[in-house]
Amino acid sequence: MRPVLLIDFGSTYTKVTAVDADEGKLIGTAASYTTVQTDINNGLNDALKKLEKVTGKLEFKERYAASSAAGGLRMLSSGLVPELTSEAAKCASLGAGAKVLKTYAFELNEDDAEEIKRINPDIFLLVGGTDGGNSACIIHNAEVLASIDRDFPIIIAGNRNAVYKCRKILAEKEVHVCENVMPKFGVLNIGPVQKVIREVFLKNIIRAKGITKASELISGIMMPTPSAVMAAIKLLSEGTEKQSGIGELIAVDVGGATTDIYSVSDGMPDDPRTLLKGIPEPHIKRTVEGDIGMRYSIHGIVDSAGIDKIAGMAGLSRERTAELVDMLSKHTDMIPDSEETLALDEALASMAVRIAVTRHAGSIEETYSMLGTTYVQTGKNLKNIRQIVITGGSLIHTEHTREIASYALYDKNNPTSLKPMRANVLVDRKYIIAAMGLLSEHYPEAALTIMKEELINNGFAE
Amino acid sequence: MEKKTLVIGVIGADVHAVGNQILYHAFTDAGFNVVNLGVMVSQEEFINAAIETNADAILVSSLYGQGELDCRGLREKCDEAGLTNILLYVGGNIVIGKQPFDEVEKRFKAMGFDRSFPPGTPPEVDIDCLKKDLHIED
Repeated sequence: MRPVLLIDFGSTYTKVTAVDADEGKLIGTAASYTTVQTDINNGLNDALKKLEKVTGKLEFKERYAASSAAGGLRMLSSGLVPELTSEAAKCASLGAGAKVLKTYAFELNEDDAEEIKRINPDIFLLVGGTDGGNSACIIHNAEVLASIDRDFPIIIAGNRNAVYKCRKILAEKEVHVCENVMPKFGVLNIGPVQKVIREVFLKNIIRAKGITKASELISGIMMPTPSAVMAAIKLLSEGTEKQSGIGELIAVDVGGATTDIYSVSDGMPDDPRTLLKGIPEPHIKRTVEGDIGMRYSIHGIVDSAGIDKIAGMAGLSRERTAELVDMLSKHTDMIPDSEETLALDEALASMAVRIAVTRHAGSIEETYSMLGTTYVQTGKNLKNIRQIVITGGSLIHTEHTREIASYALYDKNNPTSLKPMRANVLVDRKYIIAAMGLLSEHYPEAALTIMKEELINNGFAE
Repeated sequence: MEKKTLVIGVIGADVHAVGNQILYHAFTDAGFNVVNLGVMVSQEEFINAAIETNADAILVSSLYGQGELDCRGLREKCDEAGLTNILLYVGGNIVIGKQPFDEVEKRFKAMGFDRSFPPGTPPEVDIDCLKKDLHIED
């Protein structure tokens, strides 16, 4: 037996997961409140005590941690054209597990400078221009950043012909340089910048967020929690040399403030004659809907879905629905306890899933040309995906996970949205995905075995 | 000397891909850095690509007769996007039916296109014009 401890310092809860890495078995899980304000070890020790009550005393050989505490990895970025390098910057940051507070396009102005100063991000990602392309914008933006009296690190990943100048302009700042996120028009190159984001995260951010206090207990791999989730679902999808994965999938995490959607798929058109538009999509894509969440962002769900739809689904009157929504937006820690709030939460979660997956998925448009009907696809085609992984408190603690998950599927009222036609639903009932992402760095076989067992056993076949 | 960048593509709901490929190879062989947007390209896509790559010229193809409608407002949008004085060319079956090309050329000139090319123009003609307009010496 080789007990390994995986820790996830979340914004609200510190979750601990104990596994036997030799056998590929889950030993136990527990959670306690995160105590980043005082000493992060207090919450961790509470969680460990709870864990050991169930499992008995454990001698951990290794401990690994991920963190989204203290706001997570807060990033800002600036690019040139919104649909091109700005989008590439956003895509890179989200894929590195960051919380993207804002993405600027074109030249930054004085108001933007004020805003950046106020936000004071953990990292600023400066991009713009293809290699040999536009350099005026990134140089202008470097000058704006140089004038901001804050110490945040800046990563330059834009037009390589402008890098030297940008570096000089930003000589007083902590600057990291890496390959362009869009070296050629229409080519997405986000791997290198994601590696640098992770290095900066490890070097600066953990220290700044009071997490180092716990570091003497931890053997390594601190990463932002969403990165751990991405590592886990990649492994689950693709498998290892010895074990097969479950194939292309989407993962849905409806939280209190945001809804995160992940897809592992090429997302190419079914019909090779379909024309693909927009920048290429990453194989593993993460999107975060900042206006869709069960508590802090509850109004965003209602605004997007319509109050009548929510009320109808929950079987409540319009007035009562509005009243309860207001109440839940103020009592963000409220766990549904009445028939009314249970029904409302289910309706909200269903709509959150539908809205967020629709935004994540690509769409197809029929157009008529002189040569007959043609199809134009933007974004990823997820129609053929047959696995949906469900995680996040609001979805795993309800009895109706399967019904809620079905809102991620193809919707005949919105036929242009390329969502899965049908799918198995895999449920992360014990909330272990982030932990398995951490474990996968050293013990991929054990992580995959545990995930397959836990998620499928708690899931539903299509 | 530094390579000049061209953005090329077939505008509108036009799916004629062959000529586009020929132009891509001809311009690349002639020493240009070519950003090929392919077929069914919107005005916005031409402009976005030109901004990001700091292009020297946009070359619009149209084969299906709707070119005049599709090209309307492109010069104004370029100006709006800060691509002032960017070289704009158009070529192909850019209007409906058989019309005297000097009149067609005049109309496209008024729309802000520096040069228009009738159907059947060999790529060498465009290349010579590009070299002249972009001050490239052989």
